[in-house]
Amino acid sequence: MKSIKYLTSALAICSATGALANADLQSQIDNPAQWAIQTGDYENQRYSDLDQINTENVDDLQVAWTFSTGVLRGHEGSPLVVGDTMFVHTPFPNIVYALDLTQDGKIKWKYEPKQDPNVIPVMCCDTVNRGVAYADGKIFLHQADTTVVALDANTGEALWSVKNGDPSKGETNTATVMPVKDKVIVGISGGEFGVRGSVTAYNMADGSLAWRAYSMGPDSDILFDPENTMHLGQPVGADSGTNTWEGDQWMIGGGTTWGWYSYDAEADLIYYGSGNPSTWNPAQRPGDNRWSMTIFARDPDDGTAKWVYQMTPHDEWDFDGINEMILTDQDIDGTPRKLLTHFDRNGLGYTLDRLTGELITAEKFDPAVNWTTGVDMDPASENYGRPAVVAQYSTEQNGEDVNSTGICPAALGSKDQQPASYSPKTELFYVPTNHVCMDYEPFRVSYTAGQPYVGATLAMYPAPDSHGGMGNFIAWDNIAGEIKWSVPEQFSVWSGALATAGDVVFYGTLEGYLKAVSAETGEELYRFKTPSGIIGNVMTYEQAGKQYVAVLSGVGGWAGIGLAAGLTNPNDGLGAVGGYSALSDYTALGGQLTVFTLPD
Amino acid sequence: MIRQGFSLVAVTAGLMVASGVWAETAHSMDDPNIAVSYEEDGRYYTEDDIPTFNISEDGAVDWLTFSGFRRYHSECHVCHGPDGEGSTYAPALKKSALTMDYYDFVDVATNGRQKIGAAENSVMPAFGTNLNVMCYLDDIYVYLKARGMEAVPRGRPAKKAAKSDAIRESENACMGM
Repeated sequence: MKSIKYLTSALAICSATGALANADLQSQIDNPAQWAIQTGDYENQRYSDLDQINTENVDDLQVAWTFSTGVLRGHEGSPLVVGDTMFVHTPFPNIVYALDLTQDGKIKWKYEPKQDPNVIPVMCCDTVNRGVAYADGKIFLHQADTTVVALDANTGEALWSVKNGDPSKGETNTATVMPVKDKVIVGISGGEFGVRGSVTAYNMADGSLAWRAYSMGPDSDILFDPENTMHLGQPVGADSGTNTWEGDQWMIGGGTTWGWYSYDAEADLIYYGSGNPSTWNPAQRPGDNRWSMTIFARDPDDGTAKWVYQMTPHDEWDFDGINEMILTDQDIDGTPRKLLTHFDRNGLGYTLDRLTGELITAEKFDPAVNWTTGVDMDPASENYGRPAVVAQYSTEQNGEDVNSTGICPAALGSKDQQPASYSPKTELFYVPTNHVCMDYEPFRVSYTAGQPYVGATLAMYPAPDSHGGMGNFIAWDNIAGEIKWSVPEQFSVWSGALATAGDVVFYGTLEGYLKAVSAETGEELYRFKTPSGIIGNVMTYEQAGKQYVAVLSGVGGWAGIGLAAGLTNPNDGLGAVGGYSALSDYTALGGQLTVFTLPD
Repeated sequence: MIRQGFSLVAVTAGLMVASGVWAETAHSMDDPNIAVSYEEDGRYYTEDDIPTFNISEDGAVDWLTFSGFRRYHSECHVCHGPDGEGSTYAPALKKSALTMDYYDFVDVATNGRQKIGAAENSVMPAFGTNLNVMCYLDDIYVYLKARGMEAVPRGRPAKKAAKSDAIRESENACMGM
């Protein structure tokens, strides 16, 4: 497999002149000794061809070296490895370190931006950052304050910088960026501040603006072609980004774009999802609220949307659609298909044809999910593609100032941004999940620029009548739409997974364990407790002939906020309300990289 | 009002000197910063005119405490964690509501506060222009006080007093509804 992949990409580089992907980045990605992009590859598979560490020897794994980042906050994302250099980022203040892997991680350079600390409290749910990107000898950092900066990968010198948003209006950033061709694709956060989400492409050479596509608004803002932008096989028509909104609510409509991005070089399309509509009180925004909660396929050159699919029309639960789109080539009934698989916050695992946007499967990837009975899969139905909402769990139907109880999943979703992985060997997806339910009471709020714009009260608790834990790590068959195996976890699994050719799958836990499990069975093969809870993503690389596995520890993020004190179950009744196990009993703030390898 | 605030600080400081610690057990229901002195249109106050919570004999919380539960879990919990318990990101406000003077509490919520240093990047935003917070500041304050005293358990208060007409009118006036 490895040699074939190498050969193919080498050919692509020879024949293409920057027309496909980004030639430099694609060649770096295709070298399995490296981890050149946060998502492992453009397809977001988070799969490595390295197999030195395998099911037979993974229990011998040891810590090779460690590195303290000097920052005590939630550490999401992962380091990159390009050549002999590892690039490590931190949460706010968003320091970047270049470490020399030939000299035990000696610091080659360090970059620390100056940022106004007033950005800190407008970042909903901790000052996390999901890492830097690499292309054409540059490191791209997207800071908390929405400054995008290009650094010389050899020296750390800032080459250009551009401001993507305005933090005084609640516009911030937590995501990485995706280099494609001669552009850098950039998202934005702030759905809880009434920010109107957008995706922006900057020219890689100098940071100049190439295009910006909003999630809602006039066709010229959302870069839709009414005749040729498709939704479930039909043209969207004119004004699709405003005609499902009442009045001007779309101008503070949310649909932010803080998740992961993927790219199909052959189809020449980028894929990503948009977040919740603002506010969380559905009564204040009648209509489907397009195109919040939507999967987008866009042309990277000019941003034009080829197709869209709105998963959760008129959100009533904060089920952002920003989770990663994983691109795979698989056979369905003997026919080769170009697929896109997405594990949504709403608890449904979607598989679509990524060329056309045709819906293939939409099934619950946590049996606890109860807000819907499922998605209408009949193309002839007027409700084609829509989830059937269970009235009991509809915060819209129950109304303002009414507490809807027992909704599964909770607002943090059956899965949040923590990315899943896919092994082409097993054709299974390995998915970190939450197993948490909620009560949700919407009420009226007023909008003030730069202030929280939420409008709902939430109480969250472990899924009732289950194993009592708040998470599962599952293997998912995307074509059958079935869970293959499920490992119960005490806390939500908030760490990105890594699948390897050694048939070992890695993930981290909120208590701080790095765990290795069998790709076939889920059987635990190894665990090691790192200094702090893990919300970072596991990565692997090879240096001087040895395979290494690395992960950032540093508890925080929404998990650290929601679970630090433990959750309670109000359904246990008055007097019996006992705190479920508190995360603060297991771990404390940290910021450390731990690198593992096999003994010599 | 300000004078009363100062005298409260003095009393608290005196307790600190005497015991040498910020022991939470120092706060009893008889604490002058906790005990209800009088009620006015469904709002409860201490003898120093500081808002406080009230739990009736049947276990129902006063309206402001219930309303504070709702507003806290909309505006505050995304940083400060559920039920005023604190998080990896921000301190436990159920403790702050007991150890902080009421006027300091109002000042920090209105104007914000920064603690920036080598080991800490803690920033409380200014909510002064946010009606969803400012119109309900006393509600949030008394709810957190009740949580700090464990007078209400974690989660949604099971029983609550009705919303008085006076509270409804002042809410509408404040929110501009």
